[in-house]
Amino acid sequence: MLQYTIRRLLSLIPVMLIVSIIVFLIVHLTPGNPAYLILGEDSSQESIEQLEVQLGLDKPMVVQFFSWIGNVLTGDLGQSVYSSEPVTQIIIDHLGPTFSLMVISLVLTLLVAIPTAIFVVWKRNTALDPIFISISLLGVSIPEFWFAMLMVLCFGVAIPIFPVAGYIPVAEGAINWFYHLFLPAFVLAAVEIGLVARMLRDGMLESVNQDYTRTAKAKGVKESIVLMKHVFFNALIPTTTVIGTTIAGLLGGTVIIETMFTIPGIGQLLIDSIYRRDYPVIQGVILFIAAIYVLVNLLVDLLYAVLDPRIRYD
Amino acid sequence: MFKNKRNLLAAGVLLLIIVATITASLWLKFPPTHIDPEARLLSPSGKNWFGTDHFGRDIFGLTIVAARVTLFVGVVVALLSTVLGTITGLIAGYYKKAEFIIMRIIDGMLAFPALLLALALVAALGGNVTNIIIALTFAFWPVMTRIVRSAVLQVNNIQYIEAAKTTGTGDLVILFRYILPNVLSPIIVQGTFIFAKAILAEAALSFLGVGIDPSTPTWGTMLQESQVYITIAPWFSIFPGVAIVITVLALNMLGDGLRDAFDPHKKNQKKSTKKLFRNRKQKYA
Repeated sequence: MLQYTIRRLLSLIPVMLIVSIIVFLIVHLTPGNPAYLILGEDSSQESIEQLEVQLGLDKPMVVQFFSWIGNVLTGDLGQSVYSSEPVTQIIIDHLGPTFSLMVISLVLTLLVAIPTAIFVVWKRNTALDPIFISISLLGVSIPEFWFAMLMVLCFGVAIPIFPVAGYIPVAEGAINWFYHLFLPAFVLAAVEIGLVARMLRDGMLESVNQDYTRTAKAKGVKESIVLMKHVFFNALIPTTTVIGTTIAGLLGGTVIIETMFTIPGIGQLLIDSIYRRDYPVIQGVILFIAAIYVLVNLLVDLLYAVLDPRIRYD
Repeated sequence: MFKNKRNLLAAGVLLLIIVATITASLWLKFPPTHIDPEARLLSPSGKNWFGTDHFGRDIFGLTIVAARVTLFVGVVVALLSTVLGTITGLIAGYYKKAEFIIMRIIDGMLAFPALLLALALVAALGGNVTNIIIALTFAFWPVMTRIVRSAVLQVNNIQYIEAAKTTGTGDLVILFRYILPNVLSPIIVQGTFIFAKAILAEAALSFLGVGIDPSTPTWGTMLQESQVYITIAPWFSIFPGVAIVITVLALNMLGDGLRDAFDPHKKNQKKSTKKLFRNRKQKYA
């Protein structure tokens, strides 16, 4: 296991290198002079040159890349052009709401998806299965932001039982925190529920046809025990990978959902920074999200190897 | 049988939308260019089926016409991602040395949630139809590369390909004549899914205000404009959204159906269970 862990950790180096090159290049793709774009049209030549020196834009691209990556490795993501605060600090300040939102939606997703999948597999030879497939397909076909608009219309305007904007930190009361995050978290989870339930169902149906399931049935084990002990637990292993993809989906979704529900998290920070052309913050946030995603996938892979030792010897 | 009907329905719906939007100028009673300040934000009626927007334009006509750019973006992104992904996937699956470099780059690109990568690219390039297509292609083709590569690895050891290699057949011939036809089904399935994802992503980007300019009607830009009026004119937000859901659902159904149709494993499974039952019946008869 140690050897496998080391191998997986080493494989992260090229991935993170490519990630940082992409993040670095994104700003340099900008047509025209970034300093000019940041300062706006009616800025003086002098202030443009000053900002260029501040951002290091007057040096060759390769030099810029290495000085940037050197700073990133020490945790310095540069300075916001908008507020002059260090980007790392800005990101840390916006972490709480995003983390809360993701935890609640991940829990909601698993709480609904797992029982649904078990129920569908249990009733697999009934009309329930094609209905379930259609609903889960519908789930991935609905634009998140549009579903959010409908939910706001239903539970914020028509029957106002949920707040549709704002965020309250956990420290100021867990109930209020949850109450304010429920609607956005539900919208975020809705898309993922169909996906996760579908993958769990597919995995379980595969186990249903395995020899060990047949043996258990032949031994006379009760249907419900076969389903839970033999089918569900074996399907759980590939589903750990699904959690990785779910977190990626949630990370992408938070950008939209936070903007719509005015939750001051990483996603809203990204959108605001795009409007302000605050490139150091855009770079920092994207790099941060990619790093989180890579780490989550690493953890999922390691968990997978613990659950299924065969993986380690590939 | 049910599955076939479902595929047919999905394909029919898509065809209907495409034909309707292309021929729109021939039959639309209220062209979306028709601005009527006195008919602002009217609710749906016999005259304006989907109501009117803040310029007094007919939302039904607007939704039909907006399909053009929306579908255009989707088709082009799906095609470009498929071509790029197939070529890089074939190379990565066939040449061991290129595999390492290509797959590291692909792993790096897949480290970003697709929507975020597209968002960052559009933010840098600027929002217009061409840049949206570039950004979404960049975000979606790595998945295709990965799928094509693993499909190639599976067929690479099949005997007739070994035979072709031994008889000195050129690499290009092997790749395009022997390997490509064998990996075509996952490519088509994934291409359909990318089409669906591209429509959703374009809508999301336009909605966030970083995508296509609001003066070009797409379902995404319509929803972005409707946001302000959601409490007084909910129909303005509902109908373009329904159009997205129907189109994307049809594409996803089609992709799902194609995957099942192409999967020999699934077909055999059904046949063998049928056979099993038949044998049993004969036994117990």
